[in-house]
Amino acid sequence: MAYVEDVEHQELHEPTSFYAKYVWSQDHKVIAIQYSLTAIAVGLVALVLSGMMRMQIGFPGSIDMDSTGYYQAMTMHGMIMVIYLLTALFLGGFGNYLIPLMVGARDMVFPFVNMLSYWFYLVSVLVLIASFFVPGGPTGAGWTLYPPQAITAGTPGSEWGIILMLVSLIIFIIAATMGGLNYVTTVLQARTHGMTMFRLPLTVWGIFVATILALLAFPALFVSGIMMLLDKTIGTSFFMPEMMQFGTQLDHTGGSPILFQHLFWFFGHPEVYIVALPAFGLVSDLISVHARRSIFGYRMMVWAIVAIGVLSFVVWAHHMYVSGMNPYFGFFFATTTLVIAVPTALKVYNWLLTLWRGNIHLTVPMLFSLAFIVTFLVGGLTGLFLGNVVVDIPLSDTYFVVAHFHMVMGVAPILVVFGAIYHWYPKITGRMLHDGIGKLHFWITFLGTYLIYFPMHYLGFLGMPRRYYAYEDYQFIPDSAQSLNAFITVVAIVVAISQLLFIFNLIYSLFRGKPSGGNPWRANSLEWLTPDTPPKHGNWGESMPVVHRWAYDYGVPEAELDFVPQTTSGDVVPVHESDLDE
Amino acid sequence: MLAQTTSIPITAPRSYFQRRSASAKTGLHLLMAAISSMYLLFLLSYILRSQVSDWEALSEPWQPLAQTGQLWINTALLLVASIAFEMARRNIDRFEQGNTRELLWLAGLSSFGFLIGQLVFWQYLTDHGYLASSNPANAFFFLLTGLHGLHLVGGMFAWMVATYRLRVVGQNGDNRSVSLAKLSIELCTTYWHFLLVIWMLLFALLSSSPGTYAAIAKFCGIG
Repeated sequence: MAYVEDVEHQELHEPTSFYAKYVWSQDHKVIAIQYSLTAIAVGLVALVLSGMMRMQIGFPGSIDMDSTGYYQAMTMHGMIMVIYLLTALFLGGFGNYLIPLMVGARDMVFPFVNMLSYWFYLVSVLVLIASFFVPGGPTGAGWTLYPPQAITAGTPGSEWGIILMLVSLIIFIIAATMGGLNYVTTVLQARTHGMTMFRLPLTVWGIFVATILALLAFPALFVSGIMMLLDKTIGTSFFMPEMMQFGTQLDHTGGSPILFQHLFWFFGHPEVYIVALPAFGLVSDLISVHARRSIFGYRMMVWAIVAIGVLSFVVWAHHMYVSGMNPYFGFFFATTTLVIAVPTALKVYNWLLTLWRGNIHLTVPMLFSLAFIVTFLVGGLTGLFLGNVVVDIPLSDTYFVVAHFHMVMGVAPILVVFGAIYHWYPKITGRMLHDGIGKLHFWITFLGTYLIYFPMHYLGFLGMPRRYYAYEDYQFIPDSAQSLNAFITVVAIVVAISQLLFIFNLIYSLFRGKPSGGNPWRANSLEWLTPDTPPKHGNWGESMPVVHRWAYDYGVPEAELDFVPQTTSGDVVPVHESDLDE
Repeated sequence: MLAQTTSIPITAPRSYFQRRSASAKTGLHLLMAAISSMYLLFLLSYILRSQVSDWEALSEPWQPLAQTGQLWINTALLLVASIAFEMARRNIDRFEQGNTRELLWLAGLSSFGFLIGQLVFWQYLTDHGYLASSNPANAFFFLLTGLHGLHLVGGMFAWMVATYRLRVVGQNGDNRSVSLAKLSIELCTTYWHFLLVIWMLLFALLSSSPGTYAAIAKFCGIG
């Protein structure tokens, strides 16, 4: 069944003042840009922090950073990248921009709540950044914030930093929930004529399922955050066991640190897929458009997204194999973890089969998409090692783990972010990003990240532990490891600086980029069919689009061109048979 | 022209208001799902934590929750609010003639009474030395009842919107304001029922005996 609004009764309060239009905006496109710019800005802070850490590891003592500063940088880098950059960018940025356009809506269904979502997000970022300036600095507990050490004296930032971190997370979760209600409801209730669930582009499916995961998983972080905050501030003992601190008996009794770990990872593992599923969706669309091929196995792709989403809730304890658990639990969680490989591999095969005999255009978005497939595959394969208890235990807390998760949920999603920005930038601004700078940015980033993270697997095998400030005088670490670390640092600095190319490209092309027209990639989905580019307030002008087919009709023999937009009627080009039974 | 957009209706279009109403209901259901996830995780944490030896259950015969009279009064108040909303909702198609306004006020006041009642019980606990920091059972009691109270305070804003919209209907009874008032009442009713169910679950759990916790813990494999 298709849903549509009664256009003549829709009130489109076009904002007139500057503030209403660009600051207190309720337009999903402006909110998306606000979300994205904030996320990228805070992401750059996290990038600088990683550069500082690499300097300390590669060239110890070369910068003015003590062990306290190192732990603080490490913690803030991890938390910012996972939550405040990737989650916010995929859901708040891409979700906000693309969902209403792709489903054919004028805006999100609750524009005011959507606006609040952004402002709460901004406040959460400001509270987080404020922790750099409080006495003791930000928390250095590691991004997992495990108690009891996170709130015990001796850990950096255990006085104020940890409080601000927890408060910031709680505000972020409220923001994400307000945004999430919007994304899911818009997909369910605001689709235009003819836009059935099985005609939605996979981008929408990815963000839709990821948002449902966020709505159900973020409460676990909320619950653990609140309880830890109370342990810290009013002296409860939810997580804090009976313990000594610098020879003094603390007032806490009987709390369970393992309970925190369960709660944290009940959020933490779905979080991986809150980041990965939108990336899966976006990359499916990029591959299909730039290979001029229908996506292979559309329905299979949808069900794989759903299956991955469901399974992501029953694997969390694979992050806790070394925390001590009943061996049967370990067996259960190893099995569920390996089962996730099935729908995930299915998606990889389908991307490859979409490319197979496609008319592959090596545009910048396509280069990033291909790089994503390879990187995700490499990161996923090391996940199979770590998912097994007996392999995980010796590799736990080594650089092998660092390499694994950076590949699979750091580099891979970021490659999609870049590809997607190169792909949709023309719709957002009306101008193309510079192709040459884009390709340079791609090759430095792609090759650079491999030079950074591939060697880390070997360091992990050597037993080099993660989260160490210095590695001198460990007999099991050979001197050559230090050479490798110096090499990684040099490459990391180059890759980090090369990201300025991207920032430069974004700004340069805004003014000097080649005008793109409405549909530069000759794509089918609705966002390319708006009457104006960039789309105006209300997106569709007078009349709403009517959808007659899925978004992946490329190379249809009966069609005049090699693409058939979703609004093309079945009378002009026959609708694909499997699409008729909707 | 292939890329032309048309506006020929394929299915009977829903009115703007129908869509808005359906969206609001879907949004509320999603919100309740997220809140349920939160309470479920709190309750599991509660059960797990209750199995550590320092836990002094508030429901032991010599502890405050052995006497649940005050909490039963509070429960009755929340039940009255829920019933009042339900009656207002059932009356919804002819609320101009009915006593919707009175029912709404009854719901609001008894919800307010519930909140006061909870605070009175908090006062009783702190007066008798049952502080959040003195035992995890106390901490959970304050935390869970406090969060439930905050959710009800959030609901009170929705109640204010509903009351305001009903007043607007009294001033100009056009279709639009009638529809908005109805929607508000429907949403509030659903949310109040939800909060009542959550409260009854919390009440049942908080006042259960340590043996019950042990049994649940064993059932969940954490005993």
